[in-house]
Amino acid sequence: MLRLAFAILMQLTLLTGIATAQDSGAAAAPDRSATGGAQTLEDILARQRGEKIDDSFRSNDVGAGAIGAGITEQLGTLGGASDPELWRAIRYNAANLRVSAGGDVATVLVQDGGMRWLTFRDGPLRQYGGWLLLGTLGALAVFYLLRGRIRIDEPSTGRTVTRFQFIERFAHWVLAGSFILLGLTGLASLFGRMVIAPYLGKDINAGLLIWSKWVHNNVSWAFMLALIMVFVMWVAHNIPNRTDLVWIRQMGGIVGKAHPPAKKFNFGQKLIFWSVIVLGASISVSGLSLLFPFELPLFAKTFAVLNDSGLPQWLGYGVLPVELAPQEEMQLAQTWHAIVSFVLMAIILAHIYIGSVGMEGAFDAMGTGEVDEAWAHQHHSIWLEEMREKGEVTKADGTSAKGATPAE
Amino acid sequence: MKAMLTGFAAIIVIAAGANFALDRAGYASDEKLSGPSVRLD
Repeated sequence: MLRLAFAILMQLTLLTGIATAQDSGAAAAPDRSATGGAQTLEDILARQRGEKIDDSFRSNDVGAGAIGAGITEQLGTLGGASDPELWRAIRYNAANLRVSAGGDVATVLVQDGGMRWLTFRDGPLRQYGGWLLLGTLGALAVFYLLRGRIRIDEPSTGRTVTRFQFIERFAHWVLAGSFILLGLTGLASLFGRMVIAPYLGKDINAGLLIWSKWVHNNVSWAFMLALIMVFVMWVAHNIPNRTDLVWIRQMGGIVGKAHPPAKKFNFGQKLIFWSVIVLGASISVSGLSLLFPFELPLFAKTFAVLNDSGLPQWLGYGVLPVELAPQEEMQLAQTWHAIVSFVLMAIILAHIYIGSVGMEGAFDAMGTGEVDEAWAHQHHSIWLEEMREKGEVTKADGTSAKGATPAE
Repeated sequence: MKAMLTGFAAIIVIAAGANFALDRAGYASDEKLSGPSVRLD
């Protein structure tokens, strides 16, 4: 189900070109009698103008192909196809090629999708991705200027309560540290040629990117492991419940001075949790596909399932391609990996903001694991009551404060 | 803070371990994408 949703977004971005090309096939075929069915000057000019053209009249014109022709037949020594037909078959990946090494990947000699991918990666991906991150940072800066730091209203009580156990904080920091490393090295891979090479030189950029690739490939395992740990430990606390409605009504106290009641996690934190789990899992799956190139193709099958559902057709995208070159699978995986990563990076920037400069006392929860009772009362009042009942509130001298006066 | 530093140390250990294990298991790119007829060194 998740995969379906991801693939829908993918359609809206990358596959617009494919769908448009398919739509144009329905138009009346131009007259090519003057060239005996070969492409006309207008075809060539249209291609040079960058227009989408239906080139099925060429891609299907590949001679007898696999059927072959007897040795005594016309063109029999060439398998029933003329040289231009053979070259067209190679051009459109329809030739029955055999290779001694490299497998299916090596039989693809010309792959159109590569240019589509490169254009997208060098253009909209960098542009929109970059602006998304800069825009998020800008929005957070404006928010900080308007709202300032969210202070603890009540005076410190000196009594603390354990917000997160060691193992929870450990998993959080493995996830956080690995995500920051993966984000930085991923951004370096995408923007290095644009922002590092012109200033520090291509040699330094190349050296940095070799190092980046090593870090990105190997640190990914720490991210995946921590993602599983965090999911197992916190999923039960992140199921939406009625309390969240109050949080939503009061907009989480982000606007105004209200502090809606919350259990261990408030609705905002639940949104962060599920974003990390869902987007993180998607990034992990597409990342695994990229870590083991050509061994874990995802998209042809996903598109087949989508086509069966009728959704792409209903949305006007036509039937999605279900026969993708191995390289195209990798290109789609990379594109998807990057798009989802940009979205998650933007969300995490907001998370880092609220967990550090944005809110007084928030960092202690993940730093030492101990938060002041006043902070807990302000931000997680229901959870604090539960902890009090369990006798989990600790006095400044380290003794239990069971039955202590609430910090009202 | 101990949890944070332990977490960061774990990242280094996991990354080095993953690199070592995948390399030993024959997943280095030169092993996957090259053949005996190709001289890389």
